[in-house]
Amino acid sequence: MGRCVFVTVGTTSFDELISSVTTEENITILQDLGYDKLVLQIGRGTTTLKPYSTTSEFTVDVFRYKPSLAEDLKKADLVISHAGAGSCLEALEEGKPLIAVVNENLMSNHQNELAMQLYKDGHLYYCTCRTLGTTLKTMDLSALKRYEPGHPEIFASFLDKALGLN
Amino acid sequence: MTSQNQEALSCPALLHLSGSGMQDCALSVGFGFLVAVLLLGIRTRWVLRGYARPRSRKKDGLSLLVVAGSGGHTTEMLRLLGKLSTQYSTKYYVLAETDTMSEERIRSFERSKVTGIEKSMYSIHHIPRSREVRQSWSSSLLTSIKSTLHCLPLTVRLRPDVILCNGPGTCVPICLCALLLGIIGMKNITVVYVESICRVESLSLTGRILYYFSNLFIVQWPLLKEKYPKSIYLGRLV
Repeated sequence: MGRCVFVTVGTTSFDELISSVTTEENITILQDLGYDKLVLQIGRGTTTLKPYSTTSEFTVDVFRYKPSLAEDLKKADLVISHAGAGSCLEALEEGKPLIAVVNENLMSNHQNELAMQLYKDGHLYYCTCRTLGTTLKTMDLSALKRYEPGHPEIFASFLDKALGLN
Repeated sequence: MTSQNQEALSCPALLHLSGSGMQDCALSVGFGFLVAVLLLGIRTRWVLRGYARPRSRKKDGLSLLVVAGSGGHTTEMLRLLGKLSTQYSTKYYVLAETDTMSEERIRSFERSKVTGIEKSMYSIHHIPRSREVRQSWSSSLLTSIKSTLHCLPLTVRLRPDVILCNGPGTCVPICLCALLLGIIGMKNITVVYVESICRVESLSLTGRILYYFSNLFIVQWPLLKEKYPKSIYLGRLV
């Protein structure tokens, strides 16, 4: 059973991330780490990557969108995602090790706020396209803390109390 | 000489009279305006401070108006709604006209909890979008006014006990209409705003507006609680 890396750019595009992941150098790093399958969700991206298999049994799958990424997340052993809040939370709630890659072309994008905080809290790794290789080489996935889902029931009881119910 | 002189004599007197009359008039209008603004301010504060909570507990539960938004907002909202007690027996979902994805998700959410007593009444209502992503400020203002005009009859018709919203721009006009209903004494609506989990250190535009126009303002990260002392922090909720 091989190990799979899932890369997701979310609803828009992030070509820089796709080309960074698929450089020869980074593919080699991934292979050294024991991964043999790469699945890329490229969104609106213009990357012309085609699915391929190399002789060294490393496969790459590419697709633009799916109604749900849940299946791909489940199958993944490592997720590399754009730093958008929705994608990060989805991967963490699935209990997957995550590298959030910030898009430096989108300055002051509030979407990065959450990824940054979750990085500070030790739930994920955080890097740019340029530092992805270094992060892959130096990361220790066992050091990541498990992300616990929030507590909507606390909100429910707070609201009942505030409204004088019960 | 007589008539002309009389006119000449009376004219300044008349002018003087009407001049002071106008001054008085302007003064009293100004004073009245100030009093009106002051009273409106006090009334608005009174409504917002939560003195106007739905006090009479209804046997048939409270009605809840939920403003749903696109994508992430809807995900967060459905999580909050999933744990609400059964005392909110009627739910009104208000959606932006262009949002069909959320409507489908809401319908499947409601279908999923059709189990005997938990089944609640719900309906879905559409309003024009008040602000598209990346729309400019000035044109946002115009569409917001249009949206408010559309929301007012809806809010008056539904008259919910509670409004719950979490960020889409659509909720601003609805909440302002709710405030208006409270000010004129038609219905006391409790406006509850929950800022998105994505907001760690800065509020969204909607949040920055509704911080001043909501009864309960909830944030999900401690840093925001520090910056906005009036907000409520209950930990991470979604």
